[in-house]
Amino acid sequence: MNPDIFVVIEHLRGQVSDLSYVMLAAARVLANATGGKVIAVLLGHDVESLARDLAADRVLYIEHAAFADFSSDAYQRTLENVIKEHAPRAVLFGDTTIGGDVAAWLSTRLNLPLVSACRTVYAADSTLKFVSQICGGKMMAEGELPGPTTLVMMVPGGYKPEQGRAAQAPELVRGTAPALDDLRVTVNEYIEPAVGDVDIAKEAILVSVGRGIQNQDNIELAEELAKVLGGVVSGSRPVIDQGWLPPTRLVGKSGKSVKPRLYLALGISGAPEHVEAISNAEMIVAINTDPAAPIFNLAKFGAQVDILDLMPVLTEYVQQARGG
Amino acid sequence: MNLVVPIKMVPDLVEELVIDASGARLDPDTVRLKLNELDEHAIEQAILLKEKGASQVVVVAPDIEGIDEVLFTAAAKGADRLIKLTGRWSYDVSNRALARVLANFIKTLRPELILTGVQAHNDLDGAVGPALAEHLGMAYVGYVSGVLITDGSARVRKEFPGGLIAEMRVQLPAVLGIQAAEKPPRYVPISKIRATMKTATIETFPAAELETIGAPVNVRLSPPETRERALMIEGDVNAVAARLVEIFKEHGVL
Repeated sequence: MNPDIFVVIEHLRGQVSDLSYVMLAAARVLANATGGKVIAVLLGHDVESLARDLAADRVLYIEHAAFADFSSDAYQRTLENVIKEHAPRAVLFGDTTIGGDVAAWLSTRLNLPLVSACRTVYAADSTLKFVSQICGGKMMAEGELPGPTTLVMMVPGGYKPEQGRAAQAPELVRGTAPALDDLRVTVNEYIEPAVGDVDIAKEAILVSVGRGIQNQDNIELAEELAKVLGGVVSGSRPVIDQGWLPPTRLVGKSGKSVKPRLYLALGISGAPEHVEAISNAEMIVAINTDPAAPIFNLAKFGAQVDILDLMPVLTEYVQQARGG
Repeated sequence: MNLVVPIKMVPDLVEELVIDASGARLDPDTVRLKLNELDEHAIEQAILLKEKGASQVVVVAPDIEGIDEVLFTAAAKGADRLIKLTGRWSYDVSNRALARVLANFIKTLRPELILTGVQAHNDLDGAVGPALAEHLGMAYVGYVSGVLITDGSARVRKEFPGGLIAEMRVQLPAVLGIQAAEKPPRYVPISKIRATMKTATIETFPAAELETIGAPVNVRLSPPETRERALMIEGDVNAVAARLVEIFKEHGVL
C-alpha cells in the first residue's frame, strides 16, 4: 500500500486557492500517521511557479495547454491516470466548484470510497479518520478512511492556510497528461463579477439577512436599520437566489468574503458555505428564532427573537442613541 | 430535446435533528423530509429550458415518503412525466448507490441533458451528478447557474468563488449540477397542485438492487462541538434592542 497522501491543488487565473493550503495541512496530519509523503498534484499551463510555496514533500506538475482554464473533462482524465499509477493512501480535493466536478466522478470510475464535506482528519489506532460537517452545519459525521485508497473532499475551517505554506520551494517532478484534444467541456470566456454601488468586502458594518427575512418587502426594514447604523445590507444565498438582493451583496462561498467590524446576522442559520466567508469579521451578532442555528456557535452575541419584530425596534433605539 | 431531472428528499433542517440509537444516522421516525432545495432549482431550470423549446421534462425520484406531492408539484409547474423508482429505499441511501440505480433507469430514457442539484446538505460521499455522468459516459459540469441550449451543446454559466463566472461549452449529452436556476423557483398555489393530482399520473418502475459499495464506513453522528457559544441576550425585542445598542457602543460601532 502506498502511504503517500496526494493533494489536488486548486488554482484559477494564476492564483492558488487558500483551501489548497488547508488541504496540504490536512495531508501532513495523514502522512505523519502513514509514514508517507505529501505530494501536491498541480495541473496547469505555464504555472510551474505556483508550486514554490506549497508545503509538500514533492510536487507532481503536469503541464498542458488544456489546463489553462479549468475543464472537468481534462482533470478527470488526467487524475484517473495519476491515481491508477500511484494508488496513494488518500487523495484530497476541494469540496468546491473544481473538486466537486472531479472527485465523485473519479470515485465512481475507479470504484474508490469518497468522503465529502471533510473539515478535519486524524489517526487513531492506526486508522485514518475524517470529521465532516453536514446538514447545514447542524451535524458532524465521523468515520474511517478505508484503505488502500480513499478520496476526500475538503471544506475550509479545520486548518489555517498558513499551515500549508512553505518558505522553501518543494522538489518538483514532471508528469505527462493523456491526450486532451477532444475535450467535451471548455471555457468560452469569463464573466467578471458585477461591480455594484458598494463593495461589501470593504464595509465596516454589515446588516446581513437570511431566509428569516421571509419576503422582499421586509428588505426595507433591514435597509432602514443599516442606514441608521451607517452600514449596508448584505445577504446569504437563498436571499440572492430569490432576487431580493443583487448578487453583489452575496456573502458566502460563491460571493464575497467579508471582514466588517460588526456583522449583524439576521435570520441566517450559518450554513458552512456562509460561515467560511465571515470568519474574519471582528464581531458577529446573530439573531435567529432557531436555538440550534449553527450561527450561534460563531457569534459573540445572540438573541432568539423574530428579526421582523426586532428590526424596527432596534432601528428606533439606534436612532435615539444617536440623538435623533 | 429530452430533459431528465433526478431528485432526492433530504431532512428538513427546520426540524430538530435527532440521532437514533445506533448513533450512525438521523432517527428515521422523527426526521421530516423535504425536496433537496437545489433539486428544486434543477426542476425550475429544466422548465425554463422547456419554455425556450426543449420538448419534454421528466422528473425521476426514489419512492420514499412525501415524494408523490413533490412530483405532482413538479407537474403543476410544467414537468411532463413523473417517475418514481420503487424499491427498498431509505432517505439516507448513499449517493453512490442512488446514482447507480438512477443511471440504470435513466439510460432507457435516452436524455440529451440531465439536470440535478449540485449538492444536498446531507451528502457524505460526494454528489449524485458526477457519479451519474460517469455511469452514463456523459460530460459533467457543476455549480451551474445558467443554461442555454445550442446545436449539440449547452452553454452554461459555472460559478467560481468571489462571483466570477465561466461561460463554458459542454458537449451533449451531459449532466449539469445546478446551483441556482436563472429565475427563482416558481410558486404554484395548492389549488393547482390539487388539480394536477387529478389529471397527472406517476409512473412507477422497479429500481435495480441497491449496492452500498463505496459509502463511508463506521460513521458516527454528533451535534457540532460548541467551544464558544454566543452570549445569549434574554428578554423581549425591547430588551434585546436596548442591550444591542449598549454592545454597539461598547465596541465603538455606534
